[in-house]
Amino acid sequence: MSYPTDFKYTKEHEWIKGDGKVATIGITHYAQDSLGDIVFVELPKTGTQITKGKTFGSVESVKAVSDLYAPASGVVTDVNAELANSPEKVNKDPHGSWMIKINLQDPNELNSLLSAADYEKFINEETAH
Amino acid sequence: MPAVEATTPTLRKTALHSTHRQMGAKMVDFNGWEMPVEYPSAGGIIAEHMAVRTAVGIFDVSHMGDIRLAGPDALAAVQHISMNDASRLAVNQAQYSALLYPQGTFVDDVIIHRLAEHDYLLVINAGTREKDFDWVQENTRQFDCGVENLSDDFTQIAIQGRKAARLLQKLTDADLSGLRFYWVTYGTLCGLRNILIARTGYTGEDGFEIYIPSDELVSARVWQEILEAGAEFGVVPCGLGSRNTLRLEARLPLYGHEISDTINVWEAGLDRFCRMDKPEFIGQSALALAQASGTKRTLAGLEMIERGIARDGYKVLDGVGRELGYVTSGSYAPFLKKNIALAYVAPEFSALGNILWVEIRGRGVQARVVTTPFYKRPRTV
Repeated sequence: MSYPTDFKYTKEHEWIKGDGKVATIGITHYAQDSLGDIVFVELPKTGTQITKGKTFGSVESVKAVSDLYAPASGVVTDVNAELANSPEKVNKDPHGSWMIKINLQDPNELNSLLSAADYEKFINEETAH
Repeated sequence: MPAVEATTPTLRKTALHSTHRQMGAKMVDFNGWEMPVEYPSAGGIIAEHMAVRTAVGIFDVSHMGDIRLAGPDALAAVQHISMNDASRLAVNQAQYSALLYPQGTFVDDVIIHRLAEHDYLLVINAGTREKDFDWVQENTRQFDCGVENLSDDFTQIAIQGRKAARLLQKLTDADLSGLRFYWVTYGTLCGLRNILIARTGYTGEDGFEIYIPSDELVSARVWQEILEAGAEFGVVPCGLGSRNTLRLEARLPLYGHEISDTINVWEAGLDRFCRMDKPEFIGQSALALAQASGTKRTLAGLEMIERGIARDGYKVLDGVGRELGYVTSGSYAPFLKKNIALAYVAPEFSALGNILWVEIRGRGVQARVVTTPFYKRPRTV
């Protein structure tokens, strides 16, 4: 699975794709693969303020529950309602199955995140030890 | 998303370890053992679970331990250390039982197989192997009976599901159609002579557990031959993830969760495997007292009404947020397609249909007390 180069990544395995003031957020292939079968995604409502580094929701697989951490701060403008009934889409297409869209408070926040190459290096180290 | 824990090199491995690796299994630390949690090649936990419920799946359960008690006093020794009545076992019959502490709580749960007149095999949990062996040895000294730790001698493979008998029959000359649930037989299996075959399991389905020599090459060959013979039945290799969801749907207890050294037999609801009318056994007098004074908590089955999955250790609350107990095991149930849990609560809150709340990440989520087992297999076998 390749990691899109127009995305930025966190060490907590979220991806974010910025487009001007708007950004789209999801979890990475590595994240869904580690979790296994995803059965429940809990997301904030439209209008919620999320803060970089803080949790904004959770994703549950058969095995475990994991927090979702905001890669950037902003206000939620859209939520992928499809995931409520078909959470397994995150397993099938993690980089296409977005979770939320936000209005970025500061688009420059994305600069501090990992590039695709840096993220791949990071997960290779995670897997190795 | 926090990082997934890495496995350390000090973990113990079964003889099938490299086979699991070659097949791309995801490995995890389970009680000090590096074991497959799921096989992405088989489709993962849900697909493995469904294969066992509808066809057949196989599990490496070699991490389980084995203790043999043999000698003139073997029955007396087994009776002294276990709660079920082993005198009711015919040769080649097995029973579910438990080893208890004097206070009536659990050292471990076990399956006791009577192999011969004065010869018993206790199959025990992986995480309690050493503790169990020490306990059995310590508490059977007064009997004329040898205690042997055979835990490293066997590769134990579980073949589980309604098509398990048809699969296994292709590989052995033993007559499986005549073998009843919780009985054992012997036969040549994959060319290996005199292999112990038990019709037992931990999935809520029909199935078998076979005990072959723990040689790596032999183990790998048998594993492969089972997969090849089972291809026509849709067999898949399964990991501990689906083993857990399968046993939870069937309400089979897991040591450290539903049973432990602080939980007694009555609380765990295992009354029917505890024979108070048999001769003296460790834990009996404490259990008699506990029975007279009444249980303070009981294991209830929960089905989540609102969205959310109850996980081990989560609190159970009443409508005003008062703590009533805690969850011992909880998961999405792949066959039932519901979120289910087992929880200890005070008996007055355990009535069927009662509404309770599980505290999930700081929020009370509604659940209903339901009848268990959550899943019962259709009795066609």
